[in-house]
Amino acid sequence: MSRSEHEPVRNHMPPAELIGDDFLVLLWRNDFPILQVTVHGVPLAYLDNAATTQKPLSVIDAENHYYRNNNANVHRGIHALSQRATDAFEAARVKVQHLINAASANEIIFVRGTTEAINLVAQSYGRSFFKAGDEIIVSGMEHHSNIVPWQILCEQTGAVLRIIPVNHSGELEFEAYNRLFNQHTRLVAVTHVSNALGTVNPVRAMIDLAHIRGVPVLLDGAQAIAHMPVDVQGLDCDFYAFSGHKLYGPTGIGVLYAKSALLDIMPPYQGGGDMIRSVSFDGTVYNSIPYKFEAGTPNIAGAIGLGAAVDYLSNIGFDKVIRHEQALLSYATQSVMRVPGVRIIGNALEKTGILSFVLEGVHPHDIGSILDLQGVAIRAGHHCAMPLMKHFGLSATARASFGLYNTKDEVDKLVAAIFHVKEVFGV
Amino acid sequence: MNDLRELYQETILDHYRQPRNFSRPAHANCMASGHNPLCGDQLKLYLQLEDGIIRNAGFEGSGCAISTASASLLTETIKGKSKAQALDLMSRFQDMVTGHAPSADMGKLAALAGVCEFPQRVKCATLAWHTMKAALEDEHEAVTTE
Repeated sequence: MSRSEHEPVRNHMPPAELIGDDFLVLLWRNDFPILQVTVHGVPLAYLDNAATTQKPLSVIDAENHYYRNNNANVHRGIHALSQRATDAFEAARVKVQHLINAASANEIIFVRGTTEAINLVAQSYGRSFFKAGDEIIVSGMEHHSNIVPWQILCEQTGAVLRIIPVNHSGELEFEAYNRLFNQHTRLVAVTHVSNALGTVNPVRAMIDLAHIRGVPVLLDGAQAIAHMPVDVQGLDCDFYAFSGHKLYGPTGIGVLYAKSALLDIMPPYQGGGDMIRSVSFDGTVYNSIPYKFEAGTPNIAGAIGLGAAVDYLSNIGFDKVIRHEQALLSYATQSVMRVPGVRIIGNALEKTGILSFVLEGVHPHDIGSILDLQGVAIRAGHHCAMPLMKHFGLSATARASFGLYNTKDEVDKLVAAIFHVKEVFGV
Repeated sequence: MNDLRELYQETILDHYRQPRNFSRPAHANCMASGHNPLCGDQLKLYLQLEDGIIRNAGFEGSGCAISTASASLLTETIKGKSKAQALDLMSRFQDMVTGHAPSADMGKLAALAGVCEFPQRVKCATLAWHTMKAALEDEHEAVTTE
């Protein structure tokens, strides 16, 4: 838990009766300056972590430090700053490699985020190797970012999407998944964790099933990466996509992991900058991976900030994060369920800290506005998963989503605020 | 919590719970669909337009309290108005909910004036009005009553 020397040390020592995880959470909270702000004159309870997480001071400082001391372009300067910038940028790549246990740092491609990572795979891998009639398996709980790039690819190639159905608890139907495979199946693209429901999919078993048939698998890790250890070699996934900003890192930076054997055969996604080794008007020789896929000047500060976020999370340790977030989810589920008229959407056995709910007689948008005035920040809407909302017969849900710094006190505020919604609406 | 009372006035909640003109009028000859992709609100607005005058109005759909109340109040307000008057009212309504003009002379619609303190809810309040404009400007695409 790093803290800037410039920042006065806030002395929020927890009361003596708090021990164990509650104590740790109060320490973690001190690392996030924004948790001290007020909104509408009341303290902030930030429960919108599935949309984006807040940033620890170490991440903010890392970007600040880069711009103050090391700012230069990477991979091309012969001066000291360029070398420092390059070293910091490449060090961040190695940090990400270790976070997800990739076999090589060359398998880590810096992109803008999950969405760009998936588009890269669709446009480079898919467009090169798919043809009319080929099939791509996605699930009924996908975020639009893991639907639309494939639909675009289908329009370009004549490939078609096959959809894994979702059951009433918000889990994928495994047997139905098994039956979707045939000789035309070319790829499985599925979310690791549902952003709308919190469902953790059985991705290891799904990958095994695909690999038996020689079909590669892409995992959308946007909602998983900050909440559980991800081991891409252990999972044996072929592609893994995630965003920095959901991992306590900056926006505008994300990662595509892919096995080097795949990256080697994939053509470049965009042209220009670092992806080039030499250019003549007779032709261009592309750079080796990962640079082949990093056209233009990258988000250097963002990558360095992401590296700091990886350090931050690694120093805490996923064992503690999971224990805390699971305890919080369980407490929140029980607390919210006790509010008359509330129905929780998504009751998978394996869930991360996402609580989607509806309240009888009140639209989620109205819930969101009233909660906001009490300082409780949640998301209300379809969470960019419209097919999933349709499956549940809903146009929207209210969603509280937890990060490592959330507390039971904030859950209590959420519940009190929901009771206030009921008062306002007389339901 | 004054802001909250401002946003959810009793008129709003009343129109949300019991929307007026929540049906398709028998002689409707103009219709448009409105959709707010951000929150999933959906609305179908029906108008009976005769000699440039809106004789009847009704709507169907689902949405939040703000969008439902806005649609309900709209249907009450525009009956008997000419197309030009309805579009002028829309313009003044937009000015009111975006905070660009006071809510004087807005009648019952003034109940939605509190929306101007909630920029993220302006789209909810104006959905029905955009739908009305679409219906008025596309009047030859009449809905059938079958």
